Amino acid sequence: MRAHRGSIIRNIDWISIIIYLILIIAGWINIYAAVYDENHQSIFDISMRYGKQLIWISAAVFIASVLLIIDSKFYSAFSYIIYGLSMASLIGVLITGIVSHGAQSWFQIGNIRLQPAEFAKMATALALAQYISRDSFSFKNTKDFILCFVIISIPVILIMLQPDVGSALVYSSLIIMFYREGLNGIWLLFFSTLIFLFILSLIISQTVLIIIIVILTIIIYRINTYKFKQTAYAIAAALIIGLISYGILYFSDYSINLNYIIFFAALTYGFTGLVIAIFKRNKTLRIFASIMILAVLYVMLVNYFYNNILKEHQQHRISEVLGIETDPLGTGYNVNQSKIAIGSGGFGGKGFLNGTQTKYNFVPEQDTDFIFCTIGEEWGFVGAFLVLLTFLVLILRIIWLAERQRSVFSRVYGYSLAVVFFFHVIINIGMTIGIMPVIGIPLPFFSYGGSSLWAFTIFLFIFLRLDANRLEIFR
Amino acid sequence: MDIYNRRKYLIIAIIIAVFVLIVLRLIQLQIFDPTYKIYADNNSQRRIIQYPPRGLMYDRNGKLLVCNQIAYDLMIIPRQMSSFDTTSFLKDMQIDKNDFLERLQKAKQYSYYRPSEFYKQMSKEQYAYFQEHLYKYHGFYVQARSLREYPIAIAAHIVGDVGEVNTEMINNDKYYTIGDYAGKSGIELTFEKYLRGEKGVKIYLVDVHNRIQGSYMNGEYDTLAIPGKNLELSIDANLQEYGEILMRNKIGSIVAIEPSSGEILAMVSSPTYDPNLMVGRQRGYNYDSLLNHKDLPLYNRAVTAAYPPGSIFKMAMALIGLQEQVISEYTSLPCDKNLVGCHGHPPNSNLMRAIQYSCNPYFYVVGKRIIQQGKETSIFRDSRIGLEIWKKNIVSLGFEQKFEIGIPSVYTGFIPGPDYYDKIYGKHRWAYSTIYSLSIGQGEVLVTPLQMANFTAIIANRGFYYMPHLVKKIDDELVEAKYRQKIITPFEKDCFEPLVEGMYAAVNEDFGTGGLARVKGLDICGKTGTAQNPHGEDHSIFIAFAPKENPKIAIAVYVENAGFGGVWAAPIASVMIEKYLTDTVTNKWSEKRILDANLIENESTQR
Repeated sequence: MRAHRGSIIRNIDWISIIIYLILIIAGWINIYAAVYDENHQSIFDISMRYGKQLIWISAAVFIASVLLIIDSKFYSAFSYIIYGLSMASLIGVLITGIVSHGAQSWFQIGNIRLQPAEFAKMATALALAQYISRDSFSFKNTKDFILCFVIISIPVILIMLQPDVGSALVYSSLIIMFYREGLNGIWLLFFSTLIFLFILSLIISQTVLIIIIVILTIIIYRINTYKFKQTAYAIAAALIIGLISYGILYFSDYSINLNYIIFFAALTYGFTGLVIAIFKRNKTLRIFASIMILAVLYVMLVNYFYNNILKEHQQHRISEVLGIETDPLGTGYNVNQSKIAIGSGGFGGKGFLNGTQTKYNFVPEQDTDFIFCTIGEEWGFVGAFLVLLTFLVLILRIIWLAERQRSVFSRVYGYSLAVVFFFHVIINIGMTIGIMPVIGIPLPFFSYGGSSLWAFTIFLFIFLRLDANRLEIFR
Repeated sequence: MDIYNRRKYLIIAIIIAVFVLIVLRLIQLQIFDPTYKIYADNNSQRRIIQYPPRGLMYDRNGKLLVCNQIAYDLMIIPRQMSSFDTTSFLKDMQIDKNDFLERLQKAKQYSYYRPSEFYKQMSKEQYAYFQEHLYKYHGFYVQARSLREYPIAIAAHIVGDVGEVNTEMINNDKYYTIGDYAGKSGIELTFEKYLRGEKGVKIYLVDVHNRIQGSYMNGEYDTLAIPGKNLELSIDANLQEYGEILMRNKIGSIVAIEPSSGEILAMVSSPTYDPNLMVGRQRGYNYDSLLNHKDLPLYNRAVTAAYPPGSIFKMAMALIGLQEQVISEYTSLPCDKNLVGCHGHPPNSNLMRAIQYSCNPYFYVVGKRIIQQGKETSIFRDSRIGLEIWKKNIVSLGFEQKFEIGIPSVYTGFIPGPDYYDKIYGKHRWAYSTIYSLSIGQGEVLVTPLQMANFTAIIANRGFYYMPHLVKKIDDELVEAKYRQKIITPFEKDCFEPLVEGMYAAVNEDFGTGGLARVKGLDICGKTGTAQNPHGEDHSIFIAFAPKENPKIAIAVYVENAGFGGVWAAPIASVMIEKYLTDTVTNKWSEKRILDANLIENESTQR
């Protein structure tokens, strides 16, 4: 093995490179289809977006080759500097950047627009890799734990200021990488529960949600005991407390919202459970009762925050993201049109350039965020499935490569790449088929635009370069 | 070593699970669920935007100032075109073949699939004729839009105009799409969000022959347009119109304010233009010719032109002198022409008389007492302290302040302070003798006619004002509270009495400088001003309010290159006040004299 050290051609992972090339070429062809114009039929016409995309692609391939030449030690040695420069560019864009689509996210250099937020993901991954690969690092160490979140928080805050919520949310995917590197699984559960409950408490009625929380807590608490009778008693007790609260509040003179009655009942029930647990010295019950109380409080707080603290336009933005309000000129219409485009593709698709929905301006942003519509419409289920499969193979390949690294640095970086990539793909495709909220993040290698393409190319090829030297250990 | 190695399995499982979920959803969407195919199958939809009527503007008496007229745009979607009888089309549209090809080319360049404007604002005849034959021409449809119309062609600078949105606006505000109209200047711009309303959309299904087959999803995604909100302006249309007529052939402006509310009754900037010029197909041409006109008619002098205030500034000097207790209302000072030039008048027995006669040496001394109060032995240090106090007081009277009156680009004017003179002469290298011209409103001081009118309102109110504003109500709702908040200046109420008496005497007693403004029974109080103009004839200035008790109107008139303040500005202010208070003008001689005067020509012959 040692004999081949330094020979990039031999050690590089050609499978990833081939998948990469397949994806960018497929992306290019779909941009051509999305903005196809009978007047400009040549795919090389640089007055059109597909022509411009070809320039971006050529440049990306050039950048990739350069990255493979640079010594892999460079990336670990300069990781903090790259991170610092990237953060500086995020600050710079807030000062000198140009505003488009309501966010100040772009640098304009001549005819080229670059979005520094796209590159910040790679820089953050480098910094995290450097930090986590220290010998003494452990998530059990509070300082290390906090610093990891600080490294992520800086770009998130700067990107939120633009504001570009979609690009900021991408960083939440890094928690999966933290989990791989030793973060307690409870945190994974905790954060996903918080997000899940936040969304749920806004899209379904509080009453229903609180009832679900109470019943779920009872069932999970009892799940290992197999004491069905006692489970039934517990549910009955909850019902009785609920009814009593309802009675008390109903017959009092105040006209009280049903939500408050249920909230009051659930809290009463929870505290009763807590008191019993303390008396019986039952630790499990105490934990469950506390979690239930906190969850109920959290749901009420989220609703209070949403209705009383947020301003109307902020509420509107969130509800639009969550798809609660279907604004026919906005999100609701877009997703519906997008579903029609994909749905109309059927099993085999309408054929290359024969899509109608994506061309007649029904689908917005059809060459950027909603590019998947063109795939779904023109290539049908077969095409969409193949694209998904290719993405899945690439992500799994990256994880597999990451796992074979000797150095923690390369593994952390590889995992970061995989999870960020994963997040982009599922959120973007999910939103076009109506199962994810509409947050504008691009589909890697497919969406039109240089920043995303270059950033993911750099992200990937730095990893492939690290992988080519996997037998060494970087610090 | 790597104890968390096994965790990769969970991660891989999660990733695969999510992908499977997406594939399942795709199977449902693409293979099993036929709903989406039906909608897309050979049918396409046409979204017709329902444009809301833009909000109207009324004057304070309910007179309609700005309303809408309907125009029809012919839209084209090149992809949907099929061959048709071009000759009859050309005849219907009354355009020639080259024009047709050019327009078609332009539309195709924009997009094959998206609608673009083929012909903007068709005439009524074109529309009527074309509508009948529309079925023959696939790919074309007519989009109704509303354009502005001004029943009384006044107040162009105030109401502003509406024009097509540019790319920047479209990028910054999702509401707009190409071809939309939005406020470009004046109230139309500031109150755009209220005036524009909310667009609606009707979505139709059309077949391959472009015939409407019905509404899409039973109208579930249709919305009604919400009309824009109407505005009630503070302007009195009659007074505004009268002011614009008086100012014809003169350069300058008139601003009239109701002192008890801060509502702007009239705001004339001359030369002005007919707002109807900014509407319709001729807009671009008219705009260019106005833009290049030598007298700059597009420029709103009432709020953007800053002038030296001349002698009306003596009122501010008197106020500060009284407040700082360096003079009293009984202070008598000789008219010493060695200090600064003056005109012949009886002696200044007190402050009131000095105002009546507008005595320059008197206010030279007042200025000196304010700026050099003797707090320091060095006159340089002393002047610095004095000027600081002076500037603070001047600014409290609304000068060098930006008034958000409801239109954009309102200028703050300029009041020099110690730092400014330090920069010019060096620190501690200037004293009152360097800057004395401030005391009679010459030199570096620059104020806008709006600020002069507001200053007059402060005197009329004896010490307070309301932020001047142009819009009273938005759909029957009062405007923001900030316009209804009394702003109290730091000056004692007593300080204003000698000023009011002096202004009264200046108009109504012999030897007063504003005698031409006198109207029997109206108790007009006024003050003349004449600003020296190194480029030609002096500027003529007059501020006035009436009646003396419970004033109903405060006015500032500024006429460029018209000479002494009492000669032109005073009679103009006088007839404006009379017109507003009594709705008639008794002094026909004065009115005719003003109307006949051409003060722009005067200037050009002199040069």
